[in-house]
Amino acid sequence: MDHTVLNLARLQFGVTLTYHFWFVALTLGLSVLIALMETHYVQTGDTGSKVMAKFWGKLFLVNYTVGIVTGLVNAFQFGTNWPGYSRFAGSVIGSLFAFEALTAFFVESVAIGIWVYGWDKISGRAHLAVIWLVAVAGNYSAFWILSANSFMQHPMGYALNHGRVEMNDLAALLTNPYLFYQYVHTILSGLVVTGYFVMAVSAYYLLRREHVPLFRRSFKLGLACALAAVIFTAVSGHFYNRYIASVQPMKMAASEALWETAAPAPFAVVAVIDEDNRRNTYQMALPAGLSLLVHSSPRAAVKGLNELQAEYEGQYGPGDYIPAVTILFWSFRIMVGIGLWLVLLTAVLGWYWWKRQLECRPALLKATLWNLPLSYVAVTMGWIMTEMGRQPWVLYGLLPTAEGVTRGVPAAVVGTSLLIYAAVYGGVAWAAVYAGRRILLDGPEPGQAIDGWQ
Amino acid sequence: MDLNMVCFIMFGFLFTVYLILEGFDYGAGMLLPLGERPESERRAIVDALAPVWEGNQVWLIVAVAVLFATFPQVYATLFSGLYPIVLLIVVALILRGAAFEFRNRDTGQRWRNFWDWAIFCGSVIPAGLWGGVLAGLLKGLPLDGAMQYRGAFGGLINLYTLAGGAVFTLIFLLHGLVYLTLRMEPQVQWTEKGLVAGKYALFAVTGFALLTFVYTDMPARPVAGGMLAASLPAVALCGRCLANGRPAWSLIFSTAAIALITAAIFTGLFPRFIISSLHPDGSLGIYDAAANPFTLRLMAAAMAVVLPLALLFEGWKYHIFRQKVNAPAAGFESRRQLWRQLHDRLAELIAASYHIRTVLQQAKQVLHAGRKMQKDKKLRPGTVKPNQIRQFRLSIRRGHHLAQLIARVLEILRK
Repeated sequence: MDHTVLNLARLQFGVTLTYHFWFVALTLGLSVLIALMETHYVQTGDTGSKVMAKFWGKLFLVNYTVGIVTGLVNAFQFGTNWPGYSRFAGSVIGSLFAFEALTAFFVESVAIGIWVYGWDKISGRAHLAVIWLVAVAGNYSAFWILSANSFMQHPMGYALNHGRVEMNDLAALLTNPYLFYQYVHTILSGLVVTGYFVMAVSAYYLLRREHVPLFRRSFKLGLACALAAVIFTAVSGHFYNRYIASVQPMKMAASEALWETAAPAPFAVVAVIDEDNRRNTYQMALPAGLSLLVHSSPRAAVKGLNELQAEYEGQYGPGDYIPAVTILFWSFRIMVGIGLWLVLLTAVLGWYWWKRQLECRPALLKATLWNLPLSYVAVTMGWIMTEMGRQPWVLYGLLPTAEGVTRGVPAAVVGTSLLIYAAVYGGVAWAAVYAGRRILLDGPEPGQAIDGWQ
Repeated sequence: MDLNMVCFIMFGFLFTVYLILEGFDYGAGMLLPLGERPESERRAIVDALAPVWEGNQVWLIVAVAVLFATFPQVYATLFSGLYPIVLLIVVALILRGAAFEFRNRDTGQRWRNFWDWAIFCGSVIPAGLWGGVLAGLLKGLPLDGAMQYRGAFGGLINLYTLAGGAVFTLIFLLHGLVYLTLRMEPQVQWTEKGLVAGKYALFAVTGFALLTFVYTDMPARPVAGGMLAASLPAVALCGRCLANGRPAWSLIFSTAAIALITAAIFTGLFPRFIISSLHPDGSLGIYDAAANPFTLRLMAAAMAVVLPLALLFEGWKYHIFRQKVNAPAAGFESRRQLWRQLHDRLAELIAASYHIRTVLQQAKQVLHAGRKMQKDKKLRPGTVKPNQIRQFRLSIRRGHHLAQLIARVLEILRK
C-alpha cells in the first residue's frame, strides 16, 4: 500500500495543529492575565492597570487572531484529509467539536469583538465581564478539544455498531481520566509560555529603561504566573506519565526506548537507537530509574516494546505497533530537559526578585528573552510525543491511522494543499511578527496619565 | 417530525444565519479596495466590520461542526470530494481574518493595500464558492454507490453552479451595500451603488431561478419552488426601500432574500443531502448519512438551548455597535495614528541626535588629546566604544525612517 497520501496528510495535520497551538498556548493564559489587570482597574480605578490591559490586549489580539484563523483549517481538515476517520468516529469527535463551537467558541468570538471595540461603549463592569467571558470561554473550549484528543488516546463512552463508533455516554467521555491529566498539563504548560512571554516583553522594556513602572509590574505578574505554573507543570507531567504507563504502555516504553521488559528497569538518559533491529546500540542509563519513576519502587518490572508488540499482535492481529521510538525518545527528553531547566531558571528569577535585585542584573532579564523560544519548543515536543506516541492508531486500539485517511484524493493534491498552507502560515507568521514588532516599538498608549504611578 | 429532520433543519438554520450575517460582511469587504477609495472611507468600512466579523464567521464553524457530529457521512464525502474548493475557502478566510487584525497595525500604503485586497479576496471567494457548492448539491454531484466523490475536481464547474456563485456574490454585494448605508455616515454614495447592485442581483436571481427549474427537480417541489420565486420580490423590494431612503427595511428584505434562496435550496434537497448525479440511489440522505440517534438527540437538545442564547448575545453585540461610523472621523483616526507615529519618531530623533553629539565630542577629544589617551589601553586614539558606533548607526537609520515618514505624511496631506 502506498503511504504517500497518509504521510502527507499526517504531516499536514501535525504542522497545522502545532502551529495553531503555539498561538493558542499563549492566548489561553494571557487572556486570564489581562482579565486580572482589568479587574484591578475596575476595582481600584487605577489607570495604570488599564494601560497595561490595553497594551497586553494588543499583543493578545495578534496571537488570538492567528490562533483563530489557523484553527479554521481544523474544522474542515477532518473531512478533506481524513474522511475514513470522520465516518468512523464522527458521532463522537464531531459532537465534541460541535459542543466546543456551540458553548465556547460562539461566546468567545462575539465577546472578543465587544472587548476590543467596546471600551467606551459599555460600562466598565460590563466590559470586565466580557474579558472574563473571553478568558473562561477560551479555557473551556480547550477542554472540549482535549476531550476529543483524549478520546483518540483512550476511547471511552462509545459502542461499536454498524462498523463505526457511536457515542452512548457523554458523561463517560468527559470523565475520561486521560482528559483530566492532559487538560491540567496542557493548561499549565500554556501558563508557563504565557509567563515567559510576559516576562520577555517586559524585560525588553526594562532593559531599555522605558515605561519602567508599568513593565516592572507586568514582569512581576509574568513571573508569578510562570513560577506557579512551571512547578505544577513538572508535577502534573510526572503523574501524567505514570498514567500513560498504565493505559498506553507502548507510548511510555517508546519514549524511554525500553526494548526488553526489565525488573528493575533503567532510565536511559542518552541512547543510540537502532529501530530496525529493535535495540539500543548504546545507552547511558540510571539503574532502576524508570521503575522508580513509574512505579515508585526500585524493583518493579516495566514492560518493554518487544513484549508489548507481541501482546498487541495477539490482541489486534499481525502488524507493527511500535511508534517512532527515536523521535519519541528525544522529544520526551527535550521536553523534560527544558522543563527542568525552566524550573531552575524561574526559581533563580524569583529569588532575585524577592531580594529586589533583578533589575540591576541585565543578564537575568536577557535570560527571559532567550528562554522564551525554549518554552515553545517544550510544548511542541510534548505534542509530538503525545501524537506520535499514539501511532499507528488514530483511535487507540480501534482504528489504524492508515484506514482513516482519504482514498479518493490523489497525493499530488494533498501535497499541494500542504505547500499552500505552509506558505500561507509562513506569511501570516511573518505578518504577526511584523505587527508585534510595531506594537513593541509604539509601546503602551501614550498620552494617558500614569504619572506618579509606581 | 423526527430527529434526523430536526437536525437537518438546524444545520440549515445555522448555515443560513452564517450566510445572512457574513453576507453583508462579505459584500462590504468586496467594496473595500475597489475604485480609488480614499483611506478615510476604507478605514470606515473596516471599522464598521471589525467588531462584528468574527462573531459572524463563527456560525460557519458551528454549522460545520454540527454537520460533522450529526451527518458525518455528508461531512466526509462533501469535503473530501470538494477538496480544492475547501482549500480555497479556508485560505481565503485565513487571509481575511488576518487582514482585519493586521491592516491598521501599520500606516504604510503597501501594507494596507495588501490587506485590503486580502479582505476583498477573502470576501469574493467564499461568497462565490459557497454559492456554487449549494447549487452543486441541488444539481447533483458525481457520487458513486459507496458515498465517494468520483470525477475530476473541475466537474463541479458548469453553468448552474456558476450561476449559483454569481447569485450569492451579487446578493451579498447588495446586502453589504445596504448594511453600509445603514451603518455609515454620510450614506448617499452607498445608496446609489446599492441601487445598481440591486438591479444586477435581481437579474441574477431571476436567471438562477429559471435555471433551477430547468436543471433540477424543483418543478416537482412546489414549496421549494415557491420560496425561490418569493426571493424575487424580496430583492426588488430591497432596492425599492433603498431608493426611498428606508435602509432598515431594505436590510430586512435583503436578509429575507438570502434566507429564502438558501431555504429553497435546503427544502429542494430534503430528504436528500447530496444528490448523486451518477446513481439515483447513490444520493446521501438524512437517514442513511446520519449519526446514531443518541448523538442526534444530544445535538438537538444542545442546539435548542444554545441557539436562542447565541442569538440574544449577537443581538446585544449589534446593539452595542449601533452607532453609525463616521467616514471623516475614521479618516481622522487613521491620520492621527500617522501623526502620533511622526511625533514618536521626532522625539526619538531628538534623543538620537544627543548620541550623535556625544560621539562627535568623543571623537574630537580623542583627536585632541592623542598622547594622553594612548596610555589608556582600552581607548586608543581614533577609536570609539562599540556601543557608541551602534548608537550612531541607529541614529542614521532613524533619520532614514523619519524621512520616509515625512514623505508619507506629505503624500497624505496632498490628497
